[in-house]
Amino acid sequence: MLNLILAQAMLGLNNGVFYAMLSLGLAVIFGLLNVVNFAHGALYMTGAFLALILYSYLGVWIGIEDLHINFWAALIIVPILIGALGILIERTMLRWLYNFDPIYSLLLTFGITLVLQGLFVNFFSASGTPYPGQPESLRGVVDLGFMIFPKYRLFAIGFSIVICLAVWFIIERTRIGAMLRAGTENPDLVKAFGINVPLMVTLTFGFGTGLAGLAGVLAAPIYSVGPLMGADLIIIIFAVVVIGGMGSIMGAVVSGFALGLVEGLTKVFYAPAANTVIFFLMVVVLLVRPAGLFGRQS
Amino acid sequence: MNNTLDEVAEFSDSGQQKSDSRSRMAQGLLFVILTIAVLVAPFFLYPVFVMQLLCFALFALAFNLLIGFTGLLSFGHAAFFGGAAYFAGHMIKVWGFPPLLGLILAALGAGVLGLVIGSLAIRRQGIYFAMITLALAQIVYFFALQLPFTGGENGLQGIPRGHLLGVIDLNDPLAMYYFVAAIFMAGFLIIYRIIHSPFGQVLQAVRENEPRALSLGYNVDRFKLMAFVMSATLAGLAGATKALVFQFASLTDAHWQMSGEVILMTLLGGMGTIFGPIVGAVTIVTLQHELSSIGSWVQVVIGATFVVAVLLFRRGIIGELARILRLPSL
Repeated sequence: MLNLILAQAMLGLNNGVFYAMLSLGLAVIFGLLNVVNFAHGALYMTGAFLALILYSYLGVWIGIEDLHINFWAALIIVPILIGALGILIERTMLRWLYNFDPIYSLLLTFGITLVLQGLFVNFFSASGTPYPGQPESLRGVVDLGFMIFPKYRLFAIGFSIVICLAVWFIIERTRIGAMLRAGTENPDLVKAFGINVPLMVTLTFGFGTGLAGLAGVLAAPIYSVGPLMGADLIIIIFAVVVIGGMGSIMGAVVSGFALGLVEGLTKVFYAPAANTVIFFLMVVVLLVRPAGLFGRQS
Repeated sequence: MNNTLDEVAEFSDSGQQKSDSRSRMAQGLLFVILTIAVLVAPFFLYPVFVMQLLCFALFALAFNLLIGFTGLLSFGHAAFFGGAAYFAGHMIKVWGFPPLLGLILAALGAGVLGLVIGSLAIRRQGIYFAMITLALAQIVYFFALQLPFTGGENGLQGIPRGHLLGVIDLNDPLAMYYFVAAIFMAGFLIIYRIIHSPFGQVLQAVRENEPRALSLGYNVDRFKLMAFVMSATLAGLAGATKALVFQFASLTDAHWQMSGEVILMTLLGGMGTIFGPIVGAVTIVTLQHELSSIGSWVQVVIGATFVVAVLLFRRGIIGELARILRLPSL
């Protein structure tokens, strides 16, 4: 029984990787832009597809059949591409809505979600395509004592913890992060100090969406790459964010991993509730502490 | 104090009254057109298609009560629309309830669901409200997917239409049509009445300036919750009616994408207008119908419409029309 619990906890932690990375990006964007990016899940999905395309399709399309751009390269290229897509979205569309109620930017990004999802449904199988580019060095399994765990999944957990800590460090401990936090508190004052706030906003959105792209690449070898992989995830991420409170970076990361864990453990005790346990936890948090676990009570 | 007096003076200004009466005339005219269109439509168009239009129009009208007149964005209205479809289906098919009773009870069931979801969601404001309703509606979706009596992925099929009041056979397409038309018109008039009641005025005050409404002594949370429950009940009525029309409660009716579609219908037609949601619903459903041959590109078109509407067209069709005609409301 204990082994089963530990095993499900590990698998839950594995889902927590994606909850943490996505709610982190959402929190970074929300902090400065006051925008809830509904398209975050769709950009994660696009990231996974780009990894797949770079490995399996690009070579065929440009006529070099042996070209397979590997996982490690994708881990660098894809976040940059998705970040650029994010910047394009911010520059051409989102920025026109800053003066209006934030629900409009939620609706705009919802529309973008439908467009991205619809495009990939047209060109790829809705049920998903496996990503064949898992690196050789991460194949195989590790014996953890209580279970046999795929090496790659262990890597994904470790890698995402490093990324989350790095983002936390940048925002909370560096000069750039200080500017960002100041911009969150009072953009006008920061502008008066000669800092280009609109540029900062654009780059922050690009950075947040880039994180979604990175999570997508990381997810590609674990889940099969399908157009709907981000759709249901984004709703879970919203619940994670409501539970954690969007105020803090650490809050987003910790609640992401913790809720993955809870979800995994629910599978042991009452499997049918595993889909909904996070939403029920959200209800409890709303009743007990409406501002969220890490949120500032207003 | 002076401020309030000024506003009262401004309100009773003769110019205001003139445009108010023009507005009322225009609304009356549109209402006559709507009534005639609803009465004659089945002779020109396929009745089932028109019934689908009416159900979605009622859904959007109910949604507009919340977003347009209370300023609350619910991203979970599919839970009430789809939930009530399952309630009605189960009561009529399994328990053998007569159709009218089934629809009314299903709508009330959606209202109870609205009470639960609404009382949780109003604990947070603005954008969080939208996210919470979305997450809570997802619970309803998973229930529809997993509970033993919902038919899972296949939905609840073969709901009998039965006899209205034991006399009128609803399997007759025209009888069914006028039954649905009566439900739609009743729903429309109820919503019109709510908006123009003192209660509706308070809702609009909450939309315009929540802290001020609070400071004037209104229990804002209670008004929000009541609006939410009314909107959920009427959305449920629309969903239950749709289930009876198609004799089928489907999982897509409860999916979050449906919550998105009703937002788009309302936005496109004009949030906070009286006739906008009908125009929006007719536009979107017709679009989906006409474009069904291009398969999943429909989703791209719908998404792009969303983007364009949000960026360039926030008043919506009827809202723009009202602006051009210089009418305060339409």
